[in-house]
Amino acid sequence: MIVCAGPGGVGKTTTAAAIAVHAAVCGRRACVVTIDPARRLADALGLATLDNDPRPVDGPWPAGGGLWALMLDTKSTFDDLVRRYASGPAQAEAILANRFYRNISGALSGTQEYMAVEKLFELHETDRFDLVVVDTPPTRQALDFLDAPRRLVRFLDNRIFRLLMMPTRAGLRAAGLATQLFLRTVSRVVGGEVVREALAFFSAFEGLEEGFRDRTDRVEALLRSPATGFVLVASPRAGATGEAVYFLERLEEAGVEVAAVVENRVLPHFGVPEELTSGKDAATRDPGGFGALIANAADLGRLASSEEHHIAVLAGRAPGADLVRVPYLDDEVHDMEGLLDVGRHLFTDRAGRRRDQPEPTPDPGER
Amino acid sequence: METRAFCSQSNVVIVAGKGGVGKTTVAATLALTAARCGLRTLLVDVEGTGSLPALFGRAGRLDYVATTLEPPGSDHAEITGRAVTPDDALVEYLDDHGLRRVSKRMATTGTLELVATAIPGIKDILVLGKIKQLEQAGAGTDLIVVDAPAAGHAVSFLATARGMLDAIGVGPIRSQSADVLELITDPERCQVMLVTLPEETPVNEAVETAFLLEDRAGVKLTPVVVNGLVPTLELSADSATAARDAGVGLSGQAAVALDAAASFRRRRQELQAAQVSRLAAELPLPQLHLPLLWTTDPGRAELGSLADELAGGIARLPPAAHQPVRATGVTSARP
Repeated sequence: MIVCAGPGGVGKTTTAAAIAVHAAVCGRRACVVTIDPARRLADALGLATLDNDPRPVDGPWPAGGGLWALMLDTKSTFDDLVRRYASGPAQAEAILANRFYRNISGALSGTQEYMAVEKLFELHETDRFDLVVVDTPPTRQALDFLDAPRRLVRFLDNRIFRLLMMPTRAGLRAAGLATQLFLRTVSRVVGGEVVREALAFFSAFEGLEEGFRDRTDRVEALLRSPATGFVLVASPRAGATGEAVYFLERLEEAGVEVAAVVENRVLPHFGVPEELTSGKDAATRDPGGFGALIANAADLGRLASSEEHHIAVLAGRAPGADLVRVPYLDDEVHDMEGLLDVGRHLFTDRAGRRRDQPEPTPDPGER
Repeated sequence: METRAFCSQSNVVIVAGKGGVGKTTVAATLALTAARCGLRTLLVDVEGTGSLPALFGRAGRLDYVATTLEPPGSDHAEITGRAVTPDDALVEYLDDHGLRRVSKRMATTGTLELVATAIPGIKDILVLGKIKQLEQAGAGTDLIVVDAPAAGHAVSFLATARGMLDAIGVGPIRSQSADVLELITDPERCQVMLVTLPEETPVNEAVETAFLLEDRAGVKLTPVVVNGLVPTLELSADSATAARDAGVGLSGQAAVALDAAASFRRRRQELQAAQVSRLAAELPLPQLHLPLLWTTDPGRAELGSLADELAGGIARLPPAAHQPVRATGVTSARP
C-alpha cells in the first residue's frame, strides 16, 4: 500500500500513476486510485468518468502483472458507507435524500481525503491487488487525510445537535432550552430551512456513528501499519517546500514514517564548468553567439542551485527517507510511454543503479 | 495603455489561477505596479497562509488587521496587506449584527463547521462580503488586490453569490449575497485577473476557467497573465565553433555541457511559444507576459523587476478596453 501525499500542483497524481505502472511492469497486480487527474493522463489510464470500481488498463505487462485504475468518486464512496452501516434501506434512503447530507458528501472539507483512504482500505480488504497506490487531494491549511477520518466522525458526533435531540429522548429540558434559543439565533442569520435540514440529517443519522467510528479506527490502523508506505511528493519551489515540510511534521506527529521523498520537475544539471559562467565579462564578450550560450548556462545554473537549496532542506527534514529526483521532462506526462519513463526515473538512482533491485519488491514504500 | 489607467479600471482586482502558477507573486506585482502610479493599494490574502510578506522582504504572515507591506516613498504610494479568512469574517459579521455572544459559541461548539456544511459557499460569501465592505469604506485605499483561493475553487468562489440567492429566501446572508453579486458583476468595481503558465495543463485550465467565470459568475476579466516565461535567447547549436569565433578556449566536455544546456533552453522556448499561441487562439483576451526569474524564492528585488515587466506589458496593450471572451457578453462602458 502506498499513499502519495504532498502539496498541490507538484505532480502527485502522475507520480502515483507511475509507481503503479512500474509495479505492473515488474509483474505485480497494481491498482492506482487517482483524484482529479489532468484530462490526457486520465485518457491514458482509460478513465473517462468517475468510477468506484477499478478498471483494467492495457499496457506491456508480463504474465501475472496488471494495472487497474479508478478515479475516486467521493460521493458514491460515501453513499456506499452509509448503505453499509444503515439499519435498513429506509434509513439509508432517508440519509441519502437529505440535502444536508448531499452537501457533506460534496463539500465538507476533508470528505475527499477521508474517502480516498476509505477506498484504499476497501481495496486492501478485497485482496485483489499486490499493490494499491493512492493519490491524495491537495492539502489546505491545517487539514490532511490523516485528520480527515477523525474530523468527520467528530463532525457527525456534533455535541450541540446531540443535545438538541436529547429532550425528545431523555427529557433533558434545561439543556434543550438553551440550545433551542441558540439555534433560533442561528436560524435568524442563515435561515430556518438550513437548520431544519441539518436537524433532519442528524436524526436520520442516529445510530450510524458507531459503525463509522469503528471503521475509522480500522482505517487508521491500516495507515499506521507497516503494510502502508508514505511517499511525499514535492517540487523544489518555495511554497511547495514549505508545505512539504509541514507535511513531514504532521506525519511525524502521527507516528508515520515517510519511506521516500520525490522531488518532481528538477532542473537537469548540465555540468558547465563554473569558471565559464562566473566571469563577469563572459557574457559580454560576444553577445551574439558564445555570450548567449554562457548566459543560458548561467541562468540555468542559478535556478538549479536555488532548487538544490530546497531539495537539501527537505532531505534534511527526512533523513530516513529515500530521496528521488524526477527531472524536468520535455513534455507533460500524458501517455503510458510517459508514465513508464517517470517510473524509470523513480526507480533508478543518479548513478544509474536501479532502486528496485536487488530487493524483491519494486516499490519504495515497502520494506 | 497607460499604467495608471489600467490599474484604476476597477476598485478590486481578484487574482486567480491554479496552484503553483505564481498567483501570489502576480498579485504582489500588480500591487507594486499600482503603488508606483500613486495608487494606495491593499493586498488581501483569503487563505491566511500566503507568502505575500516574503515578497516584500518581510517575515511572518498577514493578520486580520492590515499591516504595512511597503511604506509610501517618493515614487510610490503605500502598500498594505491583510488576511481575510472565513472564520475571522464570520466572527466580525456576527459582531456587526449584534450577535457577539453567539459568535463565540458557534466557534467553540463546531456550529460554524455545521453551518458551513449546511450552506456550502457561506464562507466564500463572508470573505467576499468583507472585501465588499473594504471596497465601500474606501478610506485610504485606491485599489484592492485579492490573492484568490487556489485551483478550480476560483469559479465556485465567485459563482457562490448567485447560488446563494437561489438557496436562501430571506435574512442577512441573502442580502449579503445580493451585495456581493452586485460587486463582482460591476466591472467598474471588480475584475478578475487570471494567471497561468506557458504549459499545457495550466493553459487548458485558464481557458476553461475564463469561460466559466464569465458565464457563471458574470465577472469581467482583465488581460490574462502568462507567468514564468523563459526569456528567449538565440542559441547556437555548436558551442565549439561559437567559442572559437569568440576567441575562447573550450574543453570538449564543457562544449558538450553547453550544447546540452542550449538544447534544453531551445526546447523550452519552443514549447512555451506553442502554448502561448494556443492560449491566444483559444482565449480571446490580451496577454501580459512575466518572465521566469531563475530563482525559486522571489523577494523584493525580483518583485521590482516583475513590476517593471508588467508596466511594460501594460504600455504595449491597446488603449481601448478589451472585449469579453464571449462576443455576446456585456461590454463595459468604460472610456
